[in-house]
Amino acid sequence: MSVTKSEIRSGAYYDSVVLMQLQRNLLQLPGVEDAGVVMATPANLELLAESQLLQAEGKAAKPEDLLIVVKAVSAAKAEGALAQVDELLKRRSCAAATSSFRPRSLAGAVKALPDADWVSISVPGRYAAGVAREALELGKHVFLYSDNVSVEDEIGLKQQALQNSLLVMGPDCGTAIINGIGLGFANHVRQGPIGLVAASGTGLQSVTSAIHNLGGGVSQAIGTGGRDLKEAIGAASTLQGLTYLAADVATRVIVIVSKPPDAAVASKLLAAALGAGKPVVVCFLGFAAPAVRLHNLHFASGLEHAARIAVDLSQQRVARDSGSHSKAKPISGYLRGLFSGGTLASELFLGLNLFLSPLFSNVAIRSEQKVNDAHKSQAHTILDLGEDEFTVGRLHPMMDNDLRIRRLKQEAADPQVGLILLDVVLGEGAHPDPAAELAPAIAAARKARKELEFVALLVGTDEDPQDIQKQEEALAKAGATVYRDITQTLEHVVGRLLGAAEVQKSPAPFAQPLAVINVGVESFYDSQSAQGAQTIHVDWRPPASGDEDLMALLSKMRT
Amino acid sequence: MVSIDKANQTAVERMMGARPILKGVAPARDVIPGMRPNLLLHAGPPIEWERMSGPLRGAVIGALIFEGLAKNEKEAEALVGKGEVDFAPCHHHATVGPMAGVTSFSMMVYIIENETHGNMAYSNLNEGYGKVLRYGAYSEEVIAKLKWMNDVMGPVLAKAIEASGGMDIRALLSEALHMGDEGHNRNKAGSILYTTKLAPWITQTTGDSAVAGEILKFLGENALSVLNPVMAACKAMADAAHGVEGSTMVSTMARNGTDFGLRVSGLGDQWFTAPAEVPDGLYFPSYTSADANPDIGDSTITETAGIGAFAMAAAPAIVTFVSGTPQDALNATLEMYEITTAEHSHFTIPQLEFRGSPTGIDIRKVVELGITPRVNTGIAHKDAGVGQVGAGLVRPPMKIFEDAVRAYAKQYNL
Repeated sequence: MSVTKSEIRSGAYYDSVVLMQLQRNLLQLPGVEDAGVVMATPANLELLAESQLLQAEGKAAKPEDLLIVVKAVSAAKAEGALAQVDELLKRRSCAAATSSFRPRSLAGAVKALPDADWVSISVPGRYAAGVAREALELGKHVFLYSDNVSVEDEIGLKQQALQNSLLVMGPDCGTAIINGIGLGFANHVRQGPIGLVAASGTGLQSVTSAIHNLGGGVSQAIGTGGRDLKEAIGAASTLQGLTYLAADVATRVIVIVSKPPDAAVASKLLAAALGAGKPVVVCFLGFAAPAVRLHNLHFASGLEHAARIAVDLSQQRVARDSGSHSKAKPISGYLRGLFSGGTLASELFLGLNLFLSPLFSNVAIRSEQKVNDAHKSQAHTILDLGEDEFTVGRLHPMMDNDLRIRRLKQEAADPQVGLILLDVVLGEGAHPDPAAELAPAIAAARKARKELEFVALLVGTDEDPQDIQKQEEALAKAGATVYRDITQTLEHVVGRLLGAAEVQKSPAPFAQPLAVINVGVESFYDSQSAQGAQTIHVDWRPPASGDEDLMALLSKMRT
Repeated sequence: MVSIDKANQTAVERMMGARPILKGVAPARDVIPGMRPNLLLHAGPPIEWERMSGPLRGAVIGALIFEGLAKNEKEAEALVGKGEVDFAPCHHHATVGPMAGVTSFSMMVYIIENETHGNMAYSNLNEGYGKVLRYGAYSEEVIAKLKWMNDVMGPVLAKAIEASGGMDIRALLSEALHMGDEGHNRNKAGSILYTTKLAPWITQTTGDSAVAGEILKFLGENALSVLNPVMAACKAMADAAHGVEGSTMVSTMARNGTDFGLRVSGLGDQWFTAPAEVPDGLYFPSYTSADANPDIGDSTITETAGIGAFAMAAAPAIVTFVSGTPQDALNATLEMYEITTAEHSHFTIPQLEFRGSPTGIDIRKVVELGITPRVNTGIAHKDAGVGQVGAGLVRPPMKIFEDAVRAYAKQYNL
């Protein structure tokens, strides 16, 4: 047997929607069969009457009264429900806990967070390039975590970025730390003077962590995506990152980390590093370090080694070279190295391999760098003239200079040649006075072509019978630059042939506190937010709900 | 081909630049183009009698009784059955009507003139709450009220409006948005402004204080008094934006209780339709969603013109319709910015630091982002004559936007 109970609250005005909400909540209470909550206007009383909810006391209510009627399975349930009215009205205001707006589009997010200068993208690969393009069009830097983006898209995105002075980190960029805020996967590291640019997410994580653990700190850690140092991409992002770090006053030491780069890319990148104007630690995993240090470049054998060098440099515990090497205009011709010592040829080949591209040799390990015909040089070439192919029927070039001088003349006559590198090995058994024969040949060649440069690496001691001092003077007088040290030789050759690329100033992507729009994985938003970044999450969905035909039409309708 | 962005800019500027002035009240036969005795206009896209929902059928019956073409339901249905009644969407005759929207030959209608572009728009008079024709009621009291509105109030309004020199409805709406209205479901402030502005002219032009009192009471007690002139004003604005070559902007959204219909500025007069959905909302005592009719009415012209649910942020008092918190109301408006072309130059929202309301729905954005327009709406009972059973939120079916994108691609050879 149903029981109906009413309650009148005089002069309690509520908007009708509030009352409808209350009514709905009352209906959800156990034992309640029907409920009416209205301002007691004649029309509303009529409504209640039609639903058999109007009783005698309700009829007495005035239009400005709030009338609450509950029909329940028992009097107790009805009264219980009425007793909860205040709580239900209060609960409404608790439910008002604000959930802020989540835009669906990038354009909407930009309006909501106009300060954002970064967009972090972690949507499925097939949509990622589209979102990145839109971000660039909106003038934002891109952290592109997504993988499965085609090389063509990567090239296009990075070109578009460059044209607009924007940076694309990625695709497949796992890690970055911008102004102390980690994007993607990143460790909590102290801020400091070491800036990093890396084509490897875990590489970046392990170097930044090691830097922190060694007591150092990080200014910026820029990711580039694993493919950036492939020839097709040409280190576009790494070069940009390097440029930013070179110009950044908070960065005093730069670290470059990468899996093995393509040869031509390495050379371009190192030229830029030489021009950075600050120490650069180079960690190319899998590449033999040409030296401990060449000019401002410090070569690391691995990730932790890179961190240690960087920290030492930042704390000024090792000698620094801020890239103040010769600013003389580099020469444009090729290197021809004419060696009498096979191991010296190999050492110089490996030392220059990162810097000069393409580089050939008859001592090259990789077949594509083997010179086709040892009697004809191609591009940059380093030859061991003591190899069997040259020495059949004659003395070794350490004893007989004839072969080298003939080859020297041949190379000097080649207008494409800019620098000839020779070793001059002294000691027992060697030619008694190599400079006596080599110096005139050098002098003659320089007379014929003034711009042709010579470098001689003198190997020996002051106790050797040839008189090392006299040898050096004779060679120098003929016009050669003479070193007794391999590293100095490498530095000189690199400096003359590669030079330091001009560092172009461009607005850095970390000029202001990080503000980022997150598109994709929501936990990245949570982590950005927890780190104190200004951030907004885009409630992203596949365009046109993933309908390919409609997406194709829409892309034609972007005019 | 023209730039779509530019075409949309042109369309939205025409929409926002339109200046709808309420010029008067007159019988439909005198002003609505193409009106004739056996023609009934209705809300939404075209529909034949067989597919009409309960409330629309009820309103058709009521209008035929009102016009004296039938004495009762039976006669009305027989007349329709014989094919002697023609039906056409209000929208085909520069007219809009709330809910069933049925407008007949003799009915008094508001006259709106867009003084910027010169086009006209019309809408019937609002009957208030309870049992009313627009919800499909056709009992004697319904017809009696219609007759009073037509014979007593209509002529007075006509004179009063004329004497007032016209009323700028765009300006009235701008003001009402700053007073808690969103212009579709909540028109309390607008109706008060409207009544207040007309009151002196009504009293002056009737000369009969009893009649004036009766009319003022009727207008003053009806929080929807201004809805119909507002809808006609929105129609005038939307029509100004219709027919812009290359534009993907929506120029009409309307429902007939069976289908939801869409028209696009650059796609001529073709309708894109799909079954209308049942609104999600709150119900009056003793009603549930099982009683609800699918979405009905031309009042979506307000959302088309950038108010209604699009200006939800301005109307915190009715936020419960979108789930309950003022933040949700802000979010509702913020979401609509995602799919619109411009921020309105006249309709601003105090709660959003006087940002213009989101205006000019772009079908491209709707389809790309998967966000359909929000619509605030009253909910009609599915049976003729019961009336309003609640109010809430509804969205048009995505299909009509997708169809429109495909049709656009075809028409413009993409």
